[in-house]
Amino acid sequence: MCLGIPVKIIKIQGETAQASLGGTVVNIGLQMVENVKQGDYVLVHTGFALEKISEEEAQETLKLLQELEEVSVPPGKDNSTS
Amino acid sequence: MRFIDEFRDKDIIDRLLRQIHNISVKEISIMEICGGHTMAIRKYGIPSLLPPNIHLISGPGCPVCVTSRAYIDNAITIANQPDVIFTTYGDLIRVPGSTSSMEEAKASGADIRIVYSTLDALEMARQNPDKKIVFAGIGFETTTPSSAVAILQAAKENVDNFFIYSAHKVMPPAMKALINEGIPINGYIGPGHVSTITGTDMYKPLVEKYGVSVVISGFEPVDILQSILMLVRQFEKNKPAVEIQYRRIVRPQGNPKARELTEQVFGPRGDWWRGLGDLPDSGMKIRGEYELFDAENHFNIKNRIAKDPSACLCGEVLKGLKSPEECTLYKKVCTPSNPVGACMVSSEGACQAYYRYANDE
Amino acid sequence: MGHGSGGKLSHELITSLFLRYFGNDKLNELTDSAIADLPECKLAFTTDSYVVDPVFFPGGNIGNLAISGTVNDLAVSGAVPLYLSASFIIEEGFDMEQLEEIVASMRDEAGRADIQIITGDTKVVRKGQCDKIFINTSGIGIIEKNAGHISGGKLAGPGDKIFVSGYLGDHAMAVLSARNELNISSNVTSDVAPLNQLIKSITNTGAIHYMRDITRGGLATILSELVQKRDFGVYILEKDIPMREEVLGFCELLGFDPLYLANEGKVMMVVDNEHAEEILYILRQHPLGKHAAVIGELVSEKPGRAVIESLTGGTRIINMLSGEQLPRIC
Repeated sequence: MCLGIPVKIIKIQGETAQASLGGTVVNIGLQMVENVKQGDYVLVHTGFALEKISEEEAQETLKLLQELEEVSVPPGKDNSTS
Repeated sequence: MRFIDEFRDKDIIDRLLRQIHNISVKEISIMEICGGHTMAIRKYGIPSLLPPNIHLISGPGCPVCVTSRAYIDNAITIANQPDVIFTTYGDLIRVPGSTSSMEEAKASGADIRIVYSTLDALEMARQNPDKKIVFAGIGFETTTPSSAVAILQAAKENVDNFFIYSAHKVMPPAMKALINEGIPINGYIGPGHVSTITGTDMYKPLVEKYGVSVVISGFEPVDILQSILMLVRQFEKNKPAVEIQYRRIVRPQGNPKARELTEQVFGPRGDWWRGLGDLPDSGMKIRGEYELFDAENHFNIKNRIAKDPSACLCGEVLKGLKSPEECTLYKKVCTPSNPVGACMVSSEGACQAYYRYANDE
Repeated sequence: MGHGSGGKLSHELITSLFLRYFGNDKLNELTDSAIADLPECKLAFTTDSYVVDPVFFPGGNIGNLAISGTVNDLAVSGAVPLYLSASFIIEEGFDMEQLEEIVASMRDEAGRADIQIITGDTKVVRKGQCDKIFINTSGIGIIEKNAGHISGGKLAGPGDKIFVSGYLGDHAMAVLSARNELNISSNVTSDVAPLNQLIKSITNTGAIHYMRDITRGGLATILSELVQKRDFGVYILEKDIPMREEVLGFCELLGFDPLYLANEGKVMMVVDNEHAEEILYILRQHPLGKHAAVIGELVSEKPGRAVIESLTGGTRIINMLSGEQLPRIC
C-alpha cells in the first residue's frame, strides 16, 4: 500500500496523464496535484500523482550524503553536520 | 531509473553505515510503522548491516493487517450477491476472514476483480450500469484521497452504481497508542507517503509529550539508512524532534489539496485495530452527503468484531511485542500459500516480509 | 463442435489445417502412433501443458510458446530434441483464423528448433469448458554423449559459476501488460525462443554441470531447487542480474520481485569455473545469448541455502515462490 513510485509525466490529458518509469507507461490521475507539466517527475500511488518531486531537494540530499564526514566522534559531543 | 537509482548508490550506503557505526553508542529501539518500510528493511538486509545496539521493530504499518476479519466477512457477503462486481487492491484478496477469503469466494463464483486504482473501479461502474460496483477502501492517509476523488467524480456524473466500503484509517492514534501501551520506542521511522499528504505537524505531540523522535523517511536503502542516522543523532544528543529525511517529496505542510478532497468526503470515527483494539477517531467514514456511495449504507452492514484464531500472534507482532519467529504458527502452519493471519498475507505484513526476505544471519 | 469427435469433420480439420502446416512423413501417415527409428541411446521425455492468458501477447502466442517450452525442457536436460506431439483442446466457437495463426507460428517455431511434430490430437469442448484454447506438447530427445549428468547436476560443486543467458522478466511483463486490467503499456516483448542451438554450442565443451530453463517461478525458484538437499549453497549478486530498465520499472510500479518472474527463452547454467570465460564468450556470440552474464557461484558455506547479496551489501535468503503465483502466464 505504501508503494509510491517516481514517474515522469510524458503527456497530460486534462485530469489524467501518461507517465513513464524506465520506458513502461502508466495512466495516472492528477486530481491531487497542481501546476504539473510535461517532463515533471511525480510520486505515483495507486494510480494517482500525490506530489511533485523536487529536483533541488533531491540534489541537496545527495550532495550532503556524498560529503558525509567519516570522522569518528566521541559519544555525547555535538556532531551535527546538517 | 531517476530518483530511484541515486538513492541506491553503494558508495553513499557505505558512508552512511560507517557514520552510523561511528556515532551510535546507546541501546536504541526504532520502529517503522509503514508496511513499505518493513518490506524495504527486510529486502535490503538492513538489520544485518547495523551495529547490535540498534534494534529495529516492525509496527502496525500495514492497513490490511490491522483490519478486522469482519471486514473480509462482510466483503464476501457483498461480493456473493449476483448483481455485484467487487473490486479491490490486490493485497486483500487472500486475507483470511472467519471462514473464507475473497480468493476462495472468487473461485466459488463471486465476481471479484483486482484493480490498480479507484478510477478503474469507477470506470467499471460506467461500463456496467446493470451491476453494482463496490470498491474495498483500505489504506491510511495516503490512499484515502484516492477514494475521495472517485466518490466526488461519481457524484459529479451522477453514477448511481458505485460504492466504497471504507476501512480507511489514520496513523497518529495508533502511534500514540503504541507508546501508551509501553512499547519501548525511542524513535519512529516515519511513514513517508502518509506524510506526503498529512505534513508533519501531527507528529509534534509525540515529540513534545513523549520525547519520541520522528524522522519521515523515503523507501530506498539510502533513505532508510539516512533516517536511522538522523534518529541516532537525535537520540545520542537527547534532542528528539520531527525531521524530514524524504525532503524531495514531503513538505512540512503536506498536500493541502489532497487533504481537502479527503475532508469533503470522509469524517473521523472510532475504529478497531488488530493488536490495539478500539481507538477513537482512528477510522474514516463516508459523510452523510455522500451516503449514496457508502457501501455500509447501501448494503446495510453492521460492523462487528470477528475473533482471530487464538494461536495467531498478529496482534502482538503488529505492536512489535513479538517478532514473527516467535509465533508458533509461523512457517509451520502459517505460510504465504496457507496464511492464518493477515500479517502473512499482505505484501506489507511483517510475517510475509520476514518469510520472503529471511535475512541471512 | 463436431470437429473433435473423430468423424469426418475432425479429419477435415486435421488434414486441412494441421497437416498443411506440420506435414512430414511420420505425421502424414495419420496412424494411431507415430513410429520413429532411434539409435541406441538414453532418451529424454518431457511434457507440458500451455494455458497462457491472453492467447496472443507481444512477441508470441500460446502456439510457439508450446513448442519452445517443451524443446527447452529437453535441451536443458542435455538432450537433442527430435520429435514433439501436439494436443489441442479448443473451446467451441474459437476463431478459425486465430487457430490458423497459432498453428502457423508453431510450424515456424518448430522450424527454428529443427524438430518435427509427428503426432497429435484435437478435442473441441462446449463453450465455457475451457478458456479459448489449451495446448499440450510432449517431446523426446536423445541425451548427448557425456551429457547424462547434467539434468541431475551430479558434477555441480563449490566454485562453479552461475550464468543466466540474458535479460530476465521479459515474458512475464509482455503477458501481463497485454492484459487490459493493468493499464500499463510498454515495448517489451516476450523472449519466447527455442534454446537448443544455443545450448548445443556449449554442452560440447563438457563444462556444463547443470541447466534449467527459467520459467514459471522465476530464477528464485530454480536456485532454491538447485540447493535442496545438496552439500553446497548458492550466492548471487543482485547487481549482476541482467534486466531491462522497462522490466525493472514495471516491477517497481506493481511491487513484483523480479526474481520470481517467468521467462520463456532463458537458461540458467552452472559452469565449471575454469571454463567460465570461454562459455561466456561462446554464449555472447549467439543472438539468444548476447546479454549472458555471470550472476554468482556455488559455495561451500551454508549448504542447502540460496543467498542473494542485495545492492546494499546486506544478504537475504532466496525462497521458492509460494502461493503468490501470477495467474496463467505460461
